[in-house]
Amino acid sequence: MLLIPCPWCGPRPEGEFVNLGEAVPPRPADPAALADDVWVETLIMRANVRGPHVERWWHQRSCGRIFAIERDTLTHAIRPLDPEARP
Amino acid sequence: MQRYSIYSLVRNALTHHEGWQRAWRSPPLKRRYQVVIVGAGGHGLSTAYHLAKEHGLTDVAVLEKGWLGGGNTARNTHTIRSNYIRDVSIRFHDVSVKLYEQMSRELNFNILFSQRSMIDLIQSFGKLRDLRRRSLAMALHGPQYQLISVDELQRRIPAMGSLDQVRLPPLAGMVHPEAAMARHDAVAWSYARAADARGVEIHQHTEVTGFVRGPDGAVTGVETNRGTVSADIVALATAGSTSDVARRAGLSLPLVTRNLQAFVSEPVKPLIDVIVNCPDVGLYLMQSDKGEIVIGGGTDPYPSYRQGSHFATFEDTVASLVELFPRFKALKMLRQWGGAIEFAYDASPIISKTDLPGLLVSTGWYGGFKSIPVGGLTFAHLIATGTPHPLAEAFGLDRFTGLKFLLEAGTVAQR
Ligand SMILES: Cc1cc2nc3c(=O)[nH]c(=O)nc-3n(C[C@H](O)[C@H](O)[C@H](O)COP(=O)(O)OP(=O)(O)OC[C@H]3O[C@@H](n4cnc5c(N)ncnc54)[C@H](O)[C@@H]3O)c2cc1C
Repeated sequence: MLLIPCPWCGPRPEGEFVNLGEAVPPRPADPAALADDVWVETLIMRANVRGPHVERWWHQRSCGRIFAIERDTLTHAIRPLDPEARP
Repeated sequence: MQRYSIYSLVRNALTHHEGWQRAWRSPPLKRRYQVVIVGAGGHGLSTAYHLAKEHGLTDVAVLEKGWLGGGNTARNTHTIRSNYIRDVSIRFHDVSVKLYEQMSRELNFNILFSQRSMIDLIQSFGKLRDLRRRSLAMALHGPQYQLISVDELQRRIPAMGSLDQVRLPPLAGMVHPEAAMARHDAVAWSYARAADARGVEIHQHTEVTGFVRGPDGAVTGVETNRGTVSADIVALATAGSTSDVARRAGLSLPLVTRNLQAFVSEPVKPLIDVIVNCPDVGLYLMQSDKGEIVIGGGTDPYPSYRQGSHFATFEDTVASLVELFPRFKALKMLRQWGGAIEFAYDASPIISKTDLPGLLVSTGWYGGFKSIPVGGLTFAHLIATGTPHPLAEAFGLDRFTGLKFLLEAGTVAQR
């Protein structure tokens, strides 16, 4: 079982959380201005890295906070990231 | 190729089984092939076989970083079925089931194919509606999917306990009679042997670490731990590693890799003669010919390349198991393992050319043991002719740019 470091509640069991996947850059402000293929790529492409992976978690069954951490997809080693940064 | 039969068995028994030929050769690695297939799992090997058989292409090498059939093909729970929801997926998998039915005879290798029905246990009204819709979609194409009552469910799965205390009491069952299982290793070995007999070369312990690129960016070969190999076409069949391998050619793909685990018990007397699937609680099980109960559940709920047994998911699966089958509390588990399976954005396979001339991919096989025969048939067609096979036209990468998603979900392990 993974212990996920919630910036508000501290380390909690993974079952309380929902993984929201890779932390992709913010959505472009004006999608209509993008070329179709750039927009589609923004929606669906994932780096799917084998190794350190910056990802979002949602503490759904507790405080409700959404935050980012770095988790190694091969070893599950977890590194908390700056909680003040935009997740 | 040395043919296998009752006579060859008897003949070789008389000579103390010392006269068997190797099932495939280990020739020296050449510097150039017409086609290089990366990954000797079921898909890579089936593709190689169909290239040789349907298209007469035998200047083909299959490069495998580990040992042949040692990836997800070795790790899967060998369920074969065609109960999908999209027209193209139903037709595609129906052909695969039919190819499986012929495989032992066609390849002269007993794959222990056993058609024994899969029964879905329906424990919510949402799932009931979903599966009835699925059965109507399937009725248009041939494969069967029939609703049965709870009484019939209990009659056909006597190992199940009393349903009084079950949190989500079953409402009905759905039977897919064509569903089957087959020995996974034998599927890889039979294609390897048949491809080798037609001249294809299989090179184990040969890892592709990079790509050779022509002046126009086209892929013209691969770098390996055993040197450079050039090829007119490089075809990736690398399963969960495909994002990683394609990245070395600068190619991004809409894939996410996850860990899917399974475990088996000690062998017990015959208890279950169908494949039982419980999509509402994330559990499926069957009994192997050796008597082991083979049990699987959902994927770990985040991207992972761990290829291990993750306890939170294991516990979840076991909790579902012992609620429906309380007597299995006494079962001892023998082995548990995981595999890195890859999902495309819409959960349908990708059999496609890429933006890079010379590089083709077959991926998105998160439940792709069942698709090995038809996956190889259609990928070989694309490689040899440059145009998609009619059964796989919808599986190109161009569907993403056109937003023509082929959403598939609700398979065995999916909740
Ligand atoms: C626990 C579990 C249960 C499953 N149950 C089922 C089921 O019941 N039914 C079903 O239909 N499917 C099931 N699946 C899915 C099924 O196993 C896969 O979809 C299928 O085996 C994929 O075959 P493949 O040939 O694409 O992959 P693999 O067999 O994984 O072959 C890919 C090969 O590529 C090689 N490779 C990777 N990178 C490189 C490189 N750089 N150079 C050279 N070689 C490389 C790997 O070593 C590997 O051998 C299950 C999977 C798991 C993990």
